[in-house]
Amino acid sequence: MARAESGTLGRRPAVGFVLPALVLIGVFLVFPALWTVYLGLTDYRLTGLAAADPQVVGAANYAEALGDERFRTSLWLTVQFVLGSAVLGQAVLGFAIAWALRDRRGPLKSLTEGLVLLAWILPSSVVAFLWIALLDRDGGTLNAILHTPGFAWLLDHPMASIIVFNVWRGTAFSMMLYGAALENVPPSHLETARLAGASTLQQLRDVVLPHIKGHVLTNLLLITLWTFNDFTAFQLTAGGPEGRSEILPVYIYNVAMSGGRLGFGAAVSFLVLVVNLVLAFGYLRLLRSRGEVRPS
Amino acid sequence: MTPVRHMLGTIGRAAFLALVLGFFALPLLWLASAPFDAHPSITASVPEFTLANFRALLDNPYALGSLRNSLIQACGSAALVVTLAALAAYALSRARVPGRDALLYVLLLLSSVVTGTAAMVPLFELATRLNLIDTHLGVVLTLSGGLLPAAIFILKDFMDATPTSYEESARVFGASPGQVLRHVVIPLVRPGLATIAVWAVAGVWGSFLQPFILLRDPDKAPGAVILYTLYTEGGAPRLDVISAFSLLYSLPVVVMYVFVSRRYGFRFHGGIKR
Repeated sequence: MARAESGTLGRRPAVGFVLPALVLIGVFLVFPALWTVYLGLTDYRLTGLAAADPQVVGAANYAEALGDERFRTSLWLTVQFVLGSAVLGQAVLGFAIAWALRDRRGPLKSLTEGLVLLAWILPSSVVAFLWIALLDRDGGTLNAILHTPGFAWLLDHPMASIIVFNVWRGTAFSMMLYGAALENVPPSHLETARLAGASTLQQLRDVVLPHIKGHVLTNLLLITLWTFNDFTAFQLTAGGPEGRSEILPVYIYNVAMSGGRLGFGAAVSFLVLVVNLVLAFGYLRLLRSRGEVRPS
Repeated sequence: MTPVRHMLGTIGRAAFLALVLGFFALPLLWLASAPFDAHPSITASVPEFTLANFRALLDNPYALGSLRNSLIQACGSAALVVTLAALAAYALSRARVPGRDALLYVLLLLSSVVTGTAAMVPLFELATRLNLIDTHLGVVLTLSGGLLPAAIFILKDFMDATPTSYEESARVFGASPGQVLRHVVIPLVRPGLATIAVWAVAGVWGSFLQPFILLRDPDKAPGAVILYTLYTEGGAPRLDVISAFSLLYSLPVVVMYVFVSRRYGFRFHGGIKR
């Protein structure tokens, strides 16, 4: 269809039409981002003296965070969470499923895709409880199947639990992205490689990977960004026990909202914001270089 | 050699798919069985069929009210996002605005960068100062701000794809820009508006962090927050209520997902689901 030419609307009504949306975005998206920077430089608290009269303390929050054992632990747990559940878990499992289903049709494919998708679209409160039930110490389905009654998965292995949970939760996106990407690989190339005696790994490395490189990068950037910001783990473990699954989003909540240290929490939020910005810039540059302008 | 390798490959693939099916089905079994079980336990099992658990929802003071709150917040956000995004997308599609594409990119970038996690503290502060704590409006405005950039982006695509000739003739007959938008453009992009509305409803329906922070009053809390309190508050959790509520609260999302993916396919979801 022919693209509509710009210019059928005068500038003044155009401004009037755009303004309401820009105001809302400005107040509830741009301003909070900027305010994070300022709040992070203060000793603002939810209650007490510093709530009534917050002081600018400069970089003291950042200095304190870097020296804080709990913050450093949280940072390390976040790295484990992102690498383990997103980069290794979701991306690898998602690709493996897409690869195994690539030339399948029929009910098995629909059933597998349907279940993987269901894990992705159900509300976070629901899936969090489903996993609490699955991993329950006394009557959990997993202990019933493995004949390990009384094994407290969420207490003894909180990090492993939320990593496996997040693999389950988010693999759908990678599966669908790689499913679409694999359709770009010409079957004749794979056939030629197979006839030449290439093993599956060689086929993946030499034939498939060059065709889907852009998709892999897109996938890794997006799932890293989402996993890094994901708050669902809070509903499973709330960071516990003893902070052993306190990834950064949960840490910020516990410090700022439960602990009332809003200034300090904002400082940590700002670090999250910077990491997000780097990831998002990487993603946009990738889209531009591939000549795609859609946000997909 | 090749037939053997081929057979091993087939067996390996079947085994892998069986494992995948088991892994993804296992946690869902409870959601399928417990709501209909006369004596729901934490273990998934074949239910002794009953619908009494759904009746138990009526006795819970917050369960059904929270679904109403979810509906208010989701529909409020969808209405706001669709209205503001349609206006903005139309203007950006039809007027010569310098730096338009750059503006859209920056907004889109911001919406994926300024997440609830990163802006928890300022959003809470902002709501406190504007007296929006414990109001539906606070949740609606906060979530809409995050949804708008992507909504504008997608609707602008729809607007770009519609011809301008109808608008031009309407203008010739003296219609104002507002009338042109309402009577000519909106009917043409109705599928796009419906898609954005469903997408916004589904997004807000599942949101947990923002209402969790902005609402203290359980009478205002949406399903996501009430479900969380149902299984974290002290005492033995009421599994009959939790299971029936989980299912009831999940159903609309599944229905909406099927609707949107039929309409728009994967590109849409892959792009803006967060």
